[in-house]
Amino acid sequence: MIPVQDLFASAPLLIIGGSILIALILEMVFDSQSSIVAWFSGSALLFTAYWSLYHLYDRGFAFNNMISISGRTQLLFFIVNFAAAVVVMFSMDYIKKIQTNYGEFYILLLSAVLGMMLIAAARDMVIVFIGLEQMSICFYVLAGFRRKNIKSNESAIKYFLLGSFATGFIVYGMALLYGASQTFSIPEYLAHVETLKSNPIFLLGSLLFVIGFTFKIAAVPFHMWVPDVYQGAPTNVTAFMSTAGKVSGFAALITFLSPFIDYSARTTGSAKFFMPFLATLSVLSMLYGAIVALSQSDVKRMLAYSSIAHAGYMLIGLSALSYEGVDGVLFYLVAYTLMNLGAFGIISILETQDEKMLKIEDFAGLSSRSPLLAAFLAVFLFALAGLPPFAGFFGKYFVFVSAVENGMTWLAIVGVISSVISVYFYLRIIVLMYFSKGENTEVVSVPKSALLGVFVVFIMFVIMSAFPQKFEGIIHTIGLLTY
Amino acid sequence: MRHQIYLAILLPLLGFLFNGLLGRKIKNEKIVGAIGSGAIGLAFLVVLVSFFETVALPAEQRALIVPLFSWLKVGLLEINIGYQVDQLSLVMAMVVTGIGFVIHIYSIGYMHGDKGFWRFFTYLNLFIFAMMNLILADNFVLLFLGWEGVGLCSYLLIGFWYDRKFEKSTTSDAAKKAFVVNRIGDFGFLIGMFFIYLNFNSLNFTEVFSRAGVLSGIPESTFNIIALCLFIGATGKSAQIPLFVWLPDAMAGPTPVSALIHAATMVTAGVYMVARCSILFASAPLALTVVAVIGLATAFFAATIGLVQNDIKKVLAYSTVSQLGYMFLALGMGAFTAGIFHVVTHAFFKALLFLGAGSVIHGMHEEQNIQHYGGLKKYMPVTQRTFLIAAIAIAGIPPFAGFFSKDEILWKAFSHGGFFFWFIGAVTAMFTAFYMFRLYILTFEGKPRFDSAHVHPHESPKLMTIPLMILAVLSIVGGFIGLPHVLAGEHGNLLENWLEPVFKVADARLLRSAESSGSLEVLFMVLSVCIAAVSIYFARRVYLNKPAIADKAAGTFSGLYRTLLNKYYVDEAYDAAVVTPILKTSRTVLWKFTDVKIIDGLVNSTASLFTGLGERMRKLQTGVAQFYAVLMIAGIALALFWLISIIN
Repeated sequence: MIPVQDLFASAPLLIIGGSILIALILEMVFDSQSSIVAWFSGSALLFTAYWSLYHLYDRGFAFNNMISISGRTQLLFFIVNFAAAVVVMFSMDYIKKIQTNYGEFYILLLSAVLGMMLIAAARDMVIVFIGLEQMSICFYVLAGFRRKNIKSNESAIKYFLLGSFATGFIVYGMALLYGASQTFSIPEYLAHVETLKSNPIFLLGSLLFVIGFTFKIAAVPFHMWVPDVYQGAPTNVTAFMSTAGKVSGFAALITFLSPFIDYSARTTGSAKFFMPFLATLSVLSMLYGAIVALSQSDVKRMLAYSSIAHAGYMLIGLSALSYEGVDGVLFYLVAYTLMNLGAFGIISILETQDEKMLKIEDFAGLSSRSPLLAAFLAVFLFALAGLPPFAGFFGKYFVFVSAVENGMTWLAIVGVISSVISVYFYLRIIVLMYFSKGENTEVVSVPKSALLGVFVVFIMFVIMSAFPQKFEGIIHTIGLLTY
Repeated sequence: MRHQIYLAILLPLLGFLFNGLLGRKIKNEKIVGAIGSGAIGLAFLVVLVSFFETVALPAEQRALIVPLFSWLKVGLLEINIGYQVDQLSLVMAMVVTGIGFVIHIYSIGYMHGDKGFWRFFTYLNLFIFAMMNLILADNFVLLFLGWEGVGLCSYLLIGFWYDRKFEKSTTSDAAKKAFVVNRIGDFGFLIGMFFIYLNFNSLNFTEVFSRAGVLSGIPESTFNIIALCLFIGATGKSAQIPLFVWLPDAMAGPTPVSALIHAATMVTAGVYMVARCSILFASAPLALTVVAVIGLATAFFAATIGLVQNDIKKVLAYSTVSQLGYMFLALGMGAFTAGIFHVVTHAFFKALLFLGAGSVIHGMHEEQNIQHYGGLKKYMPVTQRTFLIAAIAIAGIPPFAGFFSKDEILWKAFSHGGFFFWFIGAVTAMFTAFYMFRLYILTFEGKPRFDSAHVHPHESPKLMTIPLMILAVLSIVGGFIGLPHVLAGEHGNLLENWLEPVFKVADARLLRSAESSGSLEVLFMVLSVCIAAVSIYFARRVYLNKPAIADKAAGTFSGLYRTLLNKYYVDEAYDAAVVTPILKTSRTVLWKFTDVKIIDGLVNSTASLFTGLGERMRKLQTGVAQFYAVLMIAGIALALFWLISIIN
């Protein structure tokens, strides 16, 4: 018999799970042009986002400690559900525009969200793995959702091949972890960290597991799929993958690394390996992402490289293996999700049916074609570049501080240098939008639902930028609830 | 309401957002105007209710800090967003929102039909938002945010008609001048803030002032440096020597802007700031003397320039500079209450003068030269009467508002500064009465000097005249809040009683007490009324009865006259001494050599290094999935190798 409180605790998972089933039925019953599935999924996601926000300070475990609803879990639930709800708003007109108006889009989206929520809640490696596969398989399909478009197909196949490859390492790593510890439970790892941390098999397993997820967050050198997939996938899917997908990857990393954070990492010899290892990945990602983005001519590809660089900044916070660092990463994740969603949302509005308006020079003179979208995009790009007073700046600030406080000042310096390099390619678009005249002078037609999505993201983002210390405080408080 | 004082800041912000985002679409002037003015009206109500709540409390409970949230923590420095409701900030907030509201209403009529109507109200609301932040801030950082914010709005509004000509150049140039000159002041203010943080380890008013209040080994020289740096900021914002040159040019903006920003509120920000930091200035005797001397000099020189100007708004602009000088004179004498008193009364009558001038300009089809006016009395009766009231108030005839505040300042100048300060102040008062009545008579009295065949002056609509009447009433009765002791008794000065707790510590340090003055003060009072009356009489005689005298005087003293007409050639001197050398060095040394050769060279080579690197590194992205997998394997192999080498 499953205890009632376990069911209540896992309510967000059950709501989304149930919504998938209902959406399947709705999709069958109603005519394929009807947008009922979209409305239904959007409301389910928003409701769940609200639910998790309402239960932000709840504590507890469910199902024999396999999932946790404490602290960060609810925050991560909120981020992925909110992001997915906004993506639904973007998609309602977008998938009609690219002539793939099939109801299963929303069902796949919901399933991916369920996978992400499982990853976020998991305190057991098996659950992490189930969630990961649930999310990844949906992503493979979504990336190829433009089924008659060769690029979309290419991106799906590449993503699938390399993704499976990475999954292989994760499974192998898990096998080693089990071999070394006879358990999949992360609280158990925490309890026995003193013995496990000097177990070479356990460390090897950990490394493989971590590498598998650095693939998901797109850290160099496991990033190769990112530019091709982000560019080929439909823009709304890219918006989702690059935000909620990355959030889930970091969620798994934070959960798994939590036994090593702070007290143990200071004292141990071998587990300390993760600090320089993650720092190396961070440096590679920041510099590679920022430098290669300079020479891109496609906006989606440029943002793909920018997302690699951002993974690098967030890895700074993680590599400190400290609580402040993790708080900084979470703050950064929320800010990054908002600004990237906003930027991709606007691109999906501007994109034409035949995939025009995706070159960087197409943005010339946008401020006169659509002043509102140009202004929003400018704010998001400024924020991505990390200019104050936007939340993007504070995200960087918090992770840099954690690096400095943990004796890795050099890492913060590399971060600043890479930020400076990256300012160029963000500002280039702003300069084009405002200071040059484009050949195209036709006024952009903006679908209402997508504009609402951008607007909601913008408002959230402005609030976050105005009260950074408050957000940081909340994240810190719920971080303490996690253990 | 005291605890919800942030509403008074939020409402203008909401008005700004509404008009800024939707104003262009709405196009309906009624809605835009109603939202813009309504936001300020409600803010005024919030402040008013807070004021009455505060009055009801016993004096020691009146000061209140409303903390909102912590914005940023960096080591020891914590920057909070919080607002301070105390006697001083409430007085200022009432003036800003009250007069702001009246001027908003007036603007609905004045800006009617302008294509930038919504833009105007957007900027105006943003200004009030910034100004309220400046006044209510409970720390230097937030004050500075408001300080910069009002500067920005001032820039935007001076250049509001960016496509119009202004004197020899454009309104944009006037806006830029205001901005650049203010930046110089702001720089001083910033340095002052850094020094404060260095010495007090905080930027919170409560902490800084309480630490400054107890003499804790901080030397007087430190206080002098801090106070002088802050005062440099004040000279920029409040148009004092040497940074006053932007204010006359600021008249390029629409007239309601001149009334609100460049007469009643923003330019008094410097006075407010000095009064707020009274304890810092009271501990810095040298700085206090500098404040007094600069104030006196500004008052005098600006008044002399005002004597001969012919543009109606220019006269008022120099008059504003001169009156601001009075306020700083008061502050420099350590008479902080008198300074704030003059801020309040000046806000009433100067706003009225500007709005009246706006009404005249409106009725005369944008003509601003007073030599082309005359006899407007019969065309614009309301404007004429209210303008006359304001002119009497500023000239210092009792019982109008200006008399009491100016007289208090002159008395303090005499009792704390000595005869010289009083004398120059009194001469300035004489000039003030003269140029003001010159302005009044040339505009409203006498025979029309315009081409009545083509120009048909008319009275302005009710939306514009009602604000004039409201301000006229305030200009008449506004002075009663600060009656001198000789007339009202020992505790009869309401404003002094009200502000006493704010300046208590500073007064104690300066060894000032609310001394009774006796018959000498009455004598000086009578004297200054006589000066004003004689001055008015002369103005009337010269400009109404014998206009030839003025021309003759200008001919006889042609050198002096031209110097005054050209404003002592200060603009030209600054051009020759500062602007031109800077431009020249910038062009030759900084631009053509340093920037183009060194900086651009460095930047471009760095940039091409990275783009070149990017071009090469992107070739790694072959598009072949097998290659990607190989690279992953290589990465994993390296990582494993690294881990194993550590384990062993």
